[in-house]
Amino acid sequence: MNVDTTYLIIKSLMVLTIFGITLLIATYLTYFERKVAAFLQDRLGPDRAGPFGILQPLADAGKMFFKEDFIPQNSAKSLFILGPGIAMFTALLTGSIIPWGPQITLFGETFDFQIADINVGILFIMGVVSIGVYGIMIGGWASNNKYSLFGAIRASSQMISYELAMGLSIIAIVMMSGSLSLKDIVAQQHGMNWNVFYQPLGFIIFLVSALAECNRAPFDLAECESELIGGYHTEYSSMKLGFFLFAEYINMFISCAIISSLYFGGYNYPFMDMITDPTVQGLIGTAVLFGKIFFFIFLFMWIRWTLPRFRYDQLMHLGWKMLIPLALANMLVTGAVILFNQ
Amino acid sequence: MSPTIFLTLAIIAVVSAMFVVFAKNPVHSVLALIVTFFSIAGLYLLMNAQFLFVVQIIVYAGAIMVLFLFVLMLLNLSADTEPQKSNRFRVIASASAGLLSLVFSAGMVIDATMGDRNVANIQEIGLVKHLGKVLFTDYLVPFEISSILFLAGMVGAVLLGKRTPKESKS
Repeated sequence: MNVDTTYLIIKSLMVLTIFGITLLIATYLTYFERKVAAFLQDRLGPDRAGPFGILQPLADAGKMFFKEDFIPQNSAKSLFILGPGIAMFTALLTGSIIPWGPQITLFGETFDFQIADINVGILFIMGVVSIGVYGIMIGGWASNNKYSLFGAIRASSQMISYELAMGLSIIAIVMMSGSLSLKDIVAQQHGMNWNVFYQPLGFIIFLVSALAECNRAPFDLAECESELIGGYHTEYSSMKLGFFLFAEYINMFISCAIISSLYFGGYNYPFMDMITDPTVQGLIGTAVLFGKIFFFIFLFMWIRWTLPRFRYDQLMHLGWKMLIPLALANMLVTGAVILFNQ
Repeated sequence: MSPTIFLTLAIIAVVSAMFVVFAKNPVHSVLALIVTFFSIAGLYLLMNAQFLFVVQIIVYAGAIMVLFLFVLMLLNLSADTEPQKSNRFRVIASASAGLLSLVFSAGMVIDATMGDRNVANIQEIGLVKHLGKVLFTDYLVPFEISSILFLAGMVGAVLLGKRTPKESKS
């Protein structure tokens, strides 16, 4: 019983830690987004609140809280409230199965830097991604507004379409590593043996699909302001709107973490065997993982502020007629190579 | 602990399934059906069938129900646009539901009479590794046949979705 209690305490602490870190990073991503946008457009960006404007996210959060929380008269009230909740819940859920670092021993206890090592980890991610649509759909429908409904329908059809290409590119990774558990997949990329060198095409497909799944520009047709006002969250205000926006940044953080784990070795880094102390090695690994994640977040922002938005038919064309056949071909070639090497 | 979880999940499943039938608004029915699917997925997990659990969520809760919701949201159904069902439809629907339950109970009876199963393997049968092995060795033919069925379904969907040449000219 005693062992169980410590186990439970450690796991709960870890859940809280990752929850806190995710929220903190998502908060500051709003700041980074503005700074990156400003940098790319040769502006200064927010610089009023605190030194270099680093208190800006807190000011924004305060503003969100004190705004009037308005629920439209003819909306489906319970669903209207449920929508942002589901969006936030699914965004946070995936963080639980990402291996944030290798197993390390501290104070005589072994710590797994992963909340749950699920046997079907990758499929779990796909499952969470596929239910992530509900928050947007329910929120958009419950608002009882044409523009919200259009935004919701655009978002969900886009997410369904790109989910397929994403799943197919993951299958190639699964075939290579022979495991569905994220822990095994990351552990196999020890040192510099990263999957991206074997699966460059798969990586590109995954990256594009991840951009589309996060509703980020150039795929942000769901909230394209010149056609749809604000998309699925047109009718939302106060912290409910905050939840939708926040969930988007959390999704971005988590998908960057997944890209780093699947294709860029997660916590592995070159010459890691030269560090003999496993604890130091592990802690550096975690730092390296976060470095990779921030690089990809920067890449996402870079893409957003340099590329124009697609048209909707171009988006569907890219998803169904380019990415899916490419991913299928990639899967076939991977399978054939594995078979010949046996 | 396990019986409590089972009972909770089972009650949620049954209550939400009843809500599917009794709800006035079709969108609410679909949402209730999603809850049912999640509780059924939970039941799979209790039986250590992790693969079935995840597939239930990805395929049923994630893909099929999203499409249902999609269609319902676009159609904007209300009581006055709903087609009136004749009694013939009701009879056919009840008969097919009855036949389905007959198939299920027959399966349960056969399952109970088989009996000669390796108990040690049952705990692990739901894991991806074992499921894959069984599907590609013992049950290869049914597996391939159902794949062909899916392919036929896909071709049919494409054919239905495609415009006829006459239509595209006008």
